[in-house]
Amino acid sequence: MKPLNALFISMSAALLFGASAAFAIQSNDVGHVKLPSMKPGQYDHQAPTLADIQNDKDLHPELRKVILKGRDLFMNTQQLRGKYVFNDMNCKSCHMGEGRMAWSGPVWPAATTLPDFRGKNGHVNSLEERIAGCFSYSMNGTPPEYGSDTMLSLVAYHQYMAKGAKLYDRNIGGRGFSSLGNEMPKDISFTQGAVVYAHNCAVCHGPNGEGKKVNGEVVFPPLWGDASYNWGAGLSRVFTAASFIKNNMPLGQPGRLTDKEAWDVAYFINAQERPQDPRYTGDAKETREKYLNFHKATLYGTEINGKVLGQHDNTGEKPFLKPEVLKPRTFTEGTPASSPQ
Amino acid sequence: MKIKVLLVAIAWTGFMQASVYASGDPANGQTLAMQGDGSGAPCAACHGPQGEGMAAATFPRIAGLDADYALRQMIAFQQGQRVNAAMTMNIDNFDEQQLADLAAYFATLPVPAPAAATASEEQLALGKKLALEGDWDNYLPPCSSCHGPNNQGVDGTFPGIAGQHASYLKQQLELWQQGQRTSDPVQLMEAIAKRLSPEQIEAVAAYLASQPAVAKQ
Repeated sequence: MKPLNALFISMSAALLFGASAAFAIQSNDVGHVKLPSMKPGQYDHQAPTLADIQNDKDLHPELRKVILKGRDLFMNTQQLRGKYVFNDMNCKSCHMGEGRMAWSGPVWPAATTLPDFRGKNGHVNSLEERIAGCFSYSMNGTPPEYGSDTMLSLVAYHQYMAKGAKLYDRNIGGRGFSSLGNEMPKDISFTQGAVVYAHNCAVCHGPNGEGKKVNGEVVFPPLWGDASYNWGAGLSRVFTAASFIKNNMPLGQPGRLTDKEAWDVAYFINAQERPQDPRYTGDAKETREKYLNFHKATLYGTEINGKVLGQHDNTGEKPFLKPEVLKPRTFTEGTPASSPQ
Repeated sequence: MKIKVLLVAIAWTGFMQASVYASGDPANGQTLAMQGDGSGAPCAACHGPQGEGMAAATFPRIAGLDADYALRQMIAFQQGQRVNAAMTMNIDNFDEQQLADLAAYFATLPVPAPAAATASEEQLALGKKLALEGDWDNYLPPCSSCHGPNNQGVDGTFPGIAGQHASYLKQQLELWQQGQRTSDPVQLMEAIAKRLSPEQIEAVAAYLASQPAVAKQ
């Protein structure tokens, strides 16, 4: 069966059986938050709240201002639109719950484990450089300058979230988005993913993944297309998206979807087009091979429904392909290292 | 591209059904609002002559409500996903076009200013926090994450809740807790309501009621 026919049949079936009863099957214990449990020995940390920032007597008023500015930028990153951000995303779109929540990409581990070697760019990254990565890929933009007020305030927010946490303890529970593992199931299905999407996601993110805005303000972020994360973003990896969805979506209902549903819908979403990977060589298949360490988990440069994903020059709203800051770094003991700046 | 077109087409028929019928005629809606459905009271009997509702009796303000949302709610009353004896009895004879006309009429009415808050400062502060920041430690996202900036509403699915009567908001949250209101897609509101404490419900209802609502055009 051609994929298009299969899609049509499964979507039609979903309509016939689903539309009149409104949406997906009703859950009986919908109020219960179903998150994975921490493994024995895993380290957890309660990140400070906004009230903690406001009331911490140890904070110099200037520092408090900087941390609060960082939080404000984290929650409303759109205030940097057109300068550093060229899509509809905010930090909080993926790091939900103010970046404090386990299973939702809590930001404090970045402050306790960096500087560290990072496979994605193959060198030791500072916290600033890690944040620069988010701007370059997830925000389809370019990072604030290292050492700038904007970067300082974002770093300060991350670091304050780690207050009281152990430095360089790596056995962290609920870190990142990887609870489902990084092995895509063999029976992962685009068409099933389309049905899961229609039943559970489209109500907020729109039938075309475009998200929703009110008077130009983003309410629900777009999941694909020009205003979403680009082909180099961590979330474009199917396993990352699957774990994010499993433990965070639909909003307020972690664990509502089965593992299979989370994988299928992550595949469906990440089989849609989005702005070009800033590391693009001019050929998506070649770029995929060059960065296979990353792209082995994405569908970029592969053929889905008759088209090679990412074979285009579309950088979305961003008027350039690659931010200047994305450079390799070499470090040789005893000699001054090249700076990424 | 074909797949995208197909998806759009399917999603529109599946999810935006209300929009398809929502081209209501406000003038006819006004007439129907005054006449009633033939076997019941006119809308104004409970919702007031200007759709302002009646806080003391938990009758909601319907003036300035998103027309798609209002239509979807009336259909839910007819189909039993929302239960209210008076409401069901008074609209059961209207057909879908008439409901759309009513929804279109009430959407055009100006929103009255919110009543002076009677809640304590602490209550309003707690309500504001829930409405705009949430309480993530109890897995409660802020109301505004779905109801939009300042909780003015997003579309026919996510209504404005600022400037709604506190008594009505409280009643509805409790109905969700009890499983008596099931018209929300993907149980989005039910999940949240079931995690709210009585104290939080009082607070968030009082805060939202104290906020001005802006009519959607």
